[in-house]
Amino acid sequence: MNQPTSGLRGLPVSDIFTRACDGDRRAIGRVLSIAERGGTDSIELGELAHKLTGNAHVVGITGAPGAGKSTLTGRLAATLAASGRRVAVLAIDPSSPVTGGAILGDRIRMDEHNYGTGTFIRSMATRGQGGGLAVAVPAAIRILDAVGFEIVIVETVGVGQIEIDIAGTADTTAIVVTPGWGDAVQANKAGLLELADVFVVNKADRPGASDSRRDLELMLDLSDTSEWRPDIVLTVGTEGDGVDDLITELARHRQHLADAGQLEARRRRRAQHELRVRAGDALANRLKDALNSAEGQSIITAMASGGASPASSLDRLLDELYPN
Amino acid sequence: MSDTTNEKPLRIVLAKLGLDGHDRGLKVVARMLRDGGLEVIYLGLRQTTDQVIAAVEQEDADAIGISMLNGGHLALSQKMINAINEAEAGVPLIVGGIVPEADVEKLNEMGVAAILGPGSSSEDCVASVRAAVAALA
Repeated sequence: MNQPTSGLRGLPVSDIFTRACDGDRRAIGRVLSIAERGGTDSIELGELAHKLTGNAHVVGITGAPGAGKSTLTGRLAATLAASGRRVAVLAIDPSSPVTGGAILGDRIRMDEHNYGTGTFIRSMATRGQGGGLAVAVPAAIRILDAVGFEIVIVETVGVGQIEIDIAGTADTTAIVVTPGWGDAVQANKAGLLELADVFVVNKADRPGASDSRRDLELMLDLSDTSEWRPDIVLTVGTEGDGVDDLITELARHRQHLADAGQLEARRRRRAQHELRVRAGDALANRLKDALNSAEGQSIITAMASGGASPASSLDRLLDELYPN
Repeated sequence: MSDTTNEKPLRIVLAKLGLDGHDRGLKVVARMLRDGGLEVIYLGLRQTTDQVIAAVEQEDADAIGISMLNGGHLALSQKMINAINEAEAGVPLIVGGIVPEADVEKLNEMGVAAILGPGSSSEDCVASVRAAVAALA
């Protein structure tokens, strides 16, 4: 175990998880770290957690930097908490690709309205991008679901494919834009449109909010919205304006998923995606081990010396990977 | 099977307590620590000790850094140390800012793990945090 705090020092994973389920917030913080870190403990934890999942409504909030996502997320969480819901927020920020460090500043915008409400806020750094996040984020979501949070809000900067993938793992995804953010062409270009279940025009007290709404409406008119047409909600995150409308819309979408039998389909798609990423990781590790083994090295030598063809070398390597 | 555990970067909560509104130093330190490979959970201004402890629990942080430039370092450090002990948070407290020479020993006796004054280098900051965390492990 890495740096246990005194209260949890030396406890087995199952005990920490039990405490987390009993609402011990430090234990919840710790199991999230274990899930994020991966390895044997996280596998045991995953086994414990996944039996208890499937109850939370997972809401993704994404959009460009500076769109006011954190402030809006903070208001959303606080409003839900005030109505008695158990809310957790997973706020994801990029790690420095050079040093691996990160400044996670989303809490500043969230604490003001959430401190003391029971809302659980966890900041998560992307830690080296790659496929890692595609495993760590669903694992963290499952834990928050398993320990009893009814609504899990995942906030990401919608700038790259990975962030978009994460947003796509939610039951309901809200895309946040601001007035002056660009016209419908920009919206198409950003690739965020297909993802949106709800559009939010935040900072709607600024000029241009109705233009943004019109642009989005136009763009939706050109899309296939026979199954679901995303509503466009105007909000002012700093004041909390429009947050009730957003909550109504998120709930309406969740109901739609349930009515249309889509909840199952989305979860299936999510499972497939996560399984593919995990399988890719596992197979890559096996391949690395096989290439480093004595047999692997001899296959490489035989091929490099020109004695063995690439195809026959591959056959030998596959035999090594999958004996029998 | 190969072990897929990723090394966990150290996580530190940075905050200013009370009414001291000068956060430039804290922002510089946040950047230094980030560049040193740490994950910095930045709480900013006007935090209470309870808020800091809540953040440490939820974020599973390894250390707390507070910055003080208004002369309140003795009283506020003691409050923070008390809160850490009461919560059994098991994390070291690192104090940054202006601390008169005469108070350094008092802070050390109180249980402050490291004191980073003006002019501390990036390496000093990162090394102090790592050493403070390692000492408690």
